[in-house]
Amino acid sequence: MNDTTRLSDFVTFAIGGQMFGLPIGRVQDVFKPSRVTRVPLAGAEIAGVLNLRGRIVTAIDLRNRLGLERRQDEKPAMAIGIEYGNESFGLLVDSVGEVLKLPDADCEPNPINLDRRLARVCAGVFRLDESLLVVLDIDRVLDLGAEAAAA
Amino acid sequence: MDDLLQEFLTETNESLNLLDAELVRFEQEPNNSKILSNIFRLVHTIKGTCGFLTLSRLEALAHAAETLMAKFRDGMPVTVEAVTVILSTIDRLKMILDEIATKEQEPKGDDRDLIDQLGRMTRAENPPPQPAMPDELVAAQTEDERSEKAADERGDKLVAHSIRVNVDTLDHLMTTVSELVLTRNQLLEIVRRNEDSDFKVPLQRLSNVTAELQEGVMKTRMQPIGNAWQKLPRVVRDLCTELGKDIELEMHGADTELDRQVLELVKDPLTHLVRNCADHGIESQTERAAVGKAAKGTIRLSAWHQGGHIIIEISDDGRGLDVATISAKAIEKGLASEAEIAAKSDAEICNFIFTPGFSTAAQVTSISGRGVGMDVVRSNIEQIGGTVDLKSARLAGTTFTIKIPLTLAIVSALIVEAGGERFAIPQLAVLELVRAGGGEHRIERIKDTPVLRLRNKLLPLVFLKEVLRLDTSHDENGFVVVTQVGNQVFGAVVDGVFHTEEIVIKPMSSKLRHITVFSGTTILGDGSVIMIIDPNGVAQALGRATTTAQAMKFEPKDHDEVEFEDVTSLLVFRAGSQQPKAVPLSLVTRLEEIDCRQIEISDGRHLVQYRNQLMPLLRINTETGLKKEGAQPILVFSDQNRSMGLVVDEIVDIVEDRLDIEVASDRAGVLGYAVVKGSTTEIVDVGHFLPQAFEDWFRRRDASVTWHKRKILLVDDSAFFRDMLAPLIKAAGYHVVAVASAAEALAMLKSDTWFDVVVTDVEMPEMDGFALAEALRNAQGTAAIPIIALSAMVSAEAIQRGREVGFHDFVAKFDRAGLIAAIKEQSVDLNRAA
Repeated sequence: MNDTTRLSDFVTFAIGGQMFGLPIGRVQDVFKPSRVTRVPLAGAEIAGVLNLRGRIVTAIDLRNRLGLERRQDEKPAMAIGIEYGNESFGLLVDSVGEVLKLPDADCEPNPINLDRRLARVCAGVFRLDESLLVVLDIDRVLDLGAEAAAA
Repeated sequence: MDDLLQEFLTETNESLNLLDAELVRFEQEPNNSKILSNIFRLVHTIKGTCGFLTLSRLEALAHAAETLMAKFRDGMPVTVEAVTVILSTIDRLKMILDEIATKEQEPKGDDRDLIDQLGRMTRAENPPPQPAMPDELVAAQTEDERSEKAADERGDKLVAHSIRVNVDTLDHLMTTVSELVLTRNQLLEIVRRNEDSDFKVPLQRLSNVTAELQEGVMKTRMQPIGNAWQKLPRVVRDLCTELGKDIELEMHGADTELDRQVLELVKDPLTHLVRNCADHGIESQTERAAVGKAAKGTIRLSAWHQGGHIIIEISDDGRGLDVATISAKAIEKGLASEAEIAAKSDAEICNFIFTPGFSTAAQVTSISGRGVGMDVVRSNIEQIGGTVDLKSARLAGTTFTIKIPLTLAIVSALIVEAGGERFAIPQLAVLELVRAGGGEHRIERIKDTPVLRLRNKLLPLVFLKEVLRLDTSHDENGFVVVTQVGNQVFGAVVDGVFHTEEIVIKPMSSKLRHITVFSGTTILGDGSVIMIIDPNGVAQALGRATTTAQAMKFEPKDHDEVEFEDVTSLLVFRAGSQQPKAVPLSLVTRLEEIDCRQIEISDGRHLVQYRNQLMPLLRINTETGLKKEGAQPILVFSDQNRSMGLVVDEIVDIVEDRLDIEVASDRAGVLGYAVVKGSTTEIVDVGHFLPQAFEDWFRRRDASVTWHKRKILLVDDSAFFRDMLAPLIKAAGYHVVAVASAAEALAMLKSDTWFDVVVTDVEMPEMDGFALAEALRNAQGTAAIPIIALSAMVSAEAIQRGREVGFHDFVAKFDRAGLIAAIKEQSVDLNRAA
């Protein structure tokens, strides 16, 4: 019975009109990325490095990471700060939405025809009223090495 | 774990390490009662503490060893076997201690074997077991107590001056201070941009305190290199026993301090090198006798500070490296072709031993066959930003020289630009900086390979922006950062050079660690993050092609490059008096010895024919006499095709040191006095002598813009500030002319004298700094000269007005470092614009 009523909080954000969510426990903070330094020779998923209050944050180009189409005209406006294995990462996104409380039971498995790049890092989908919320598995999002090895 | 037990383990391990070294010394000098009582005291302390903590196994062992040592102290002759047994006892103690450290209790086991051996030796020199034995024991006991008391007293004194601090606490402190340094740098940068007098003074104070704090924290982390050497006497001794050799280990400069982190990392490579010397370097006694060497071989370890580095030298008087064997092996392994080997010098061939998987030992002994090769030694040292080099002479021995930074946390780096991005290059790897494009230093290509002619050698070049795949346009202008990795020298071409900055190295994200061209990240003073270039990675990117290309041997620096390093190479010499004198080495073209008979006197001046020209010889002062016969040492200063010789008595040394002129001098020809290598040294003003040799030296100079020294015009009405700032600017490598008023400055600038930067006081009677700037901007020919304003009072209005009249930078009068930084920035900008 418990399972049907348990709620989880998700930080929601959008990239190119699609809504995504991350469990709130994994999100450190949300910030405006500024002065991102490019890192030559790094993979395309790495947008660069930046200084966030004295910490060096590796900025991940989430759009690229998820295999979404690149829009040249716009710069990512926000970043979601993640602490992962003693390091700081920032996921670059278009905008950050509200925090949603959703029942665990409503989370549906990935549709089998989901784009492979997306499916790899997806932990399920919620059907919201106006749109679909894709939940990301942050460990897999940040596991860039395995991806490269698999590719 | 129990605090008491933890404390005991730490303390005992330290004591045991000390003991190792002491015992080996003891074996060499058995009659040295001081060493003996040291050892005795250490063992006694261990025994006492063990008893207290009821560690019975340890106690029994320590007791047996102590009894034997008490005998030595009473005059029993020390035998090699006895020392060996005691050493094994200590090994056993360590083993037990390790077990305790992990399991928190004494391991089960029996030490009868060792205790019996120790007991046998105790009795050996004591022929008939005497009935008076109990008395003797009592006597020994009281003596023990006495020494215990003495030890306690000494201990008390130590307690008053030192405390034990957890290493983690120190590391954390260091990290925090590094952050503070960064924040301080950021604040300074902000205040430098938007001047605000309210902040300036307290910030200056904060800056000084931070610097002191940084130094203080660094000091707490400093440990004598001797700590890394403690085990070595034992290592050498054991090897001697095993190999039947007789080797003496000499240690010099054991108290030279370096950061504990570096110390830890350098321990293993050092041990390996010493093992190597003992195993491969030093010959067997018969072999030594056959070539007429003393039976006893020597391994010499020495350490000293040089600039911001520590140099460790390990040398042996053994057989030296066999170039022929190494060559054969290199060819066999396909590392080089026979033709390539033939073109290499012996020193270059010797460096093959650092190649992975390269071993020339005909037989693998238990000592060297440990899977750790010289390549590991080198990579370990390079990992901490160090270099290792070797010199070897057949039959005369081998010397390894290791150069490592004193600390890893904060390093000096050159900030450069390539492909529109900024990067930091660790200063340690940078030999010099050469401006390329047009003129003398032109980037040339052999097919597609870029090279640079540098002092009659070809320097392989790599475009940083290409390595980083930022830009592939071939720009033949830029700066060549001459970089050394191992003994490979290459030039990294960058688009621009900004300045040097003390940077705090932050580890790279795990997602970027695979990029070998970078070694870390750092936050600059302006708050932006930049990548730190790893010269090793760039060298790899340079490709195998250049590993076989000519590694250049570097001669003393010529005088035509731009220098940014804080550490100056100084040529120390004597002339006239015993007090050492020095000139920056970069100014000296050559050191020569001239046959006295060649010196001619013409018109009261000394001249000598030198390279088909008549070169005037000058004396530093009237006390310096020319030699009547033999060879006369001179320093040659050249520029374009004119040379002048400065007569000296003796050339003493070339040292790398920070040039801080502490006392300025008003004596002509003397810039001031600085402490160089611990002695007060007169810094000679070469600029004073040049016009004496050729009256028109500077006039010709002025017409030519290739003069390597930037010329600064300092305008200040206060004689005090002129005297204070002029030597400072001079010492930073600039030529400086100081005038007392704006009117004088204008006159000077109108008389066709070119200056690279004008530094002017703002508050001056009659015509102030603003008026001077306006006058310069409106006059032809001077409109482009950068102007740095100096002011005791910096207000927002003043800055605003300064901007309007065209000041390029505003520096507070007491901010000496800021002034030099501003001058550097302005003169570099000029370079780039030019």
